[in-house]
Amino acid sequence: MAYSEKLIEHFNHPKNVGTLDKSKNTVGTGLVGAPECGDVMRLQIEVDEESGMIKDAKFKTFGCGSAIASSSLATEWLKGKSIDEALAIDNMAIVEELALPPVKIHCSVLAEDAIKSAIADYKSKNA
Amino acid sequence: MGSDKLIYLDNNSTTPCDPRAVEAMLPYFHQIPGNAASRNHPFGWQAEEAVDYAREQISNLLAVESKEIIFTSGATEADNLAIKGVFEMYSRKGNHIITLKTEHKAVLDACKKVEKMGGDVTYLDVKRDGLVDLAALEAAITDKTVLISIMWANNETGVIQPMKEIGEICEKHGVLFMSDATQAVGKIKTHPKELGIHLMAFTAHKMYGPKGVGALFVNRKNPRVKVTSQMDGGGHERGMRSGTLNVPGIVGFGKAAEIAMQEMEADAARLSVLRDKLENAFKENLEEVYVNGNVEHRMPHVANISFKHVEGEGLMMTFNQNIAVSSGSACTSASLEPSYVLIALGLGDDLAHSSLRFSLGRFTTEEEIDRTIEMISKGVNHMRDLSPIWEMFKEGIDLDAVEWSEH
Repeated sequence: MAYSEKLIEHFNHPKNVGTLDKSKNTVGTGLVGAPECGDVMRLQIEVDEESGMIKDAKFKTFGCGSAIASSSLATEWLKGKSIDEALAIDNMAIVEELALPPVKIHCSVLAEDAIKSAIADYKSKNA
Repeated sequence: MGSDKLIYLDNNSTTPCDPRAVEAMLPYFHQIPGNAASRNHPFGWQAEEAVDYAREQISNLLAVESKEIIFTSGATEADNLAIKGVFEMYSRKGNHIITLKTEHKAVLDACKKVEKMGGDVTYLDVKRDGLVDLAALEAAITDKTVLISIMWANNETGVIQPMKEIGEICEKHGVLFMSDATQAVGKIKTHPKELGIHLMAFTAHKMYGPKGVGALFVNRKNPRVKVTSQMDGGGHERGMRSGTLNVPGIVGFGKAAEIAMQEMEADAARLSVLRDKLENAFKENLEEVYVNGNVEHRMPHVANISFKHVEGEGLMMTFNQNIAVSSGSACTSASLEPSYVLIALGLGDDLAHSSLRFSLGRFTTEEEIDRTIEMISKGVNHMRDLSPIWEMFKEGIDLDAVEWSEH
């Protein structure tokens, strides 16, 4: 299976790998997937209190190359977006950008789930 | 082999054809074009002679009679012929077959077909080290059991089953013993008659011969074993497998058997040293490295290793431009099921997803092993830096207590 150059670039040089302080109210954390499924994604956002925009995003992913590239791309897209804009990110956009093969579409679904889960966590902290 | 940069450690998938086997085959494509079944002209006689010679070379390797070798298109066909052929031939005696959950799909799926044909199949669990539980095997035998099918060496773990003990159980209960010996023939001593094996499937391309040709050993005396043909036509191979013989392939198969007979002991000794070097280096360089399967009863060239909290397929992407191995993780299907063989060994899904299979071969060099150690150690570290569960593990979080959102 040949992967796209973009996917390989995100895999070899993933963007925004790391950990944000999940105890902060401005940070939302999403942890999705399960080790027994072969994919676990942890995606975090940090929201600027004044502007309400996402000012930072970090991830760590246990999974195949497509899962890692999907989460790396997701963090790139999240930065600078509002919460509503972030909620509008669709997994099919990730599929297109990385040219994911059909058997790897679930990786993009997981990335979308991770975004939504991180936002839900942020919202519950700031409700 | 291949490009200087590419390292091939996937010899259990297929071995490169030995140049000496290639050379032996070449005349049989053009200069000697005959059909081995053409009885009335020199072209046919020459082809038949070449096939007879190859049959001798192969039977010498197995210490069997040349008439006991039935050529097929490969081990999958040989497995199918043995299982379905015995089931049909011995249907008056019984309809029960016993096999293992860790068998190759060619055996498991042939058994599933047999169930659809009215057969009754027991799929036995294995012990945590991959070995058959002999007491459970014996206990599973009924008065309807006609066949026990147990592989010689496992393709994923290299674990070697106690063939002698299984043969004794079969003998005691008057049950036929069939073995898929695809991964063992040509690499370790495989003399079926000494161990009470009545049928044995194997293939050329796992022992440095060409693809597209395999064989089934069928015992001819004490007992005289017969299988119904699964491929009907001209009545080739004593009526058990019709179809024009693949003369060049068979010639290459024979040559590969001859070479194996001369060299497999030295190959095995050299490769087990390299395999151990690889395994020990990973254990020294990295934390949380686990070797899967029994390490005492194991093929000399195989290592199945789990790198905990690293997903196998992702790990492979860190080096697969340079090194070819195979992964027990199958993150490509909707079900995301990892290797059923490793699961049958009782590995958690996480360790099964974290496994790589290294299978060395005749053309593997020490320099390649050194480069493999370096590149894969680096890859594991890269993946662990990316892995949230590695981070959680290092923080001392009990991963079993985490509520994962399964998808």
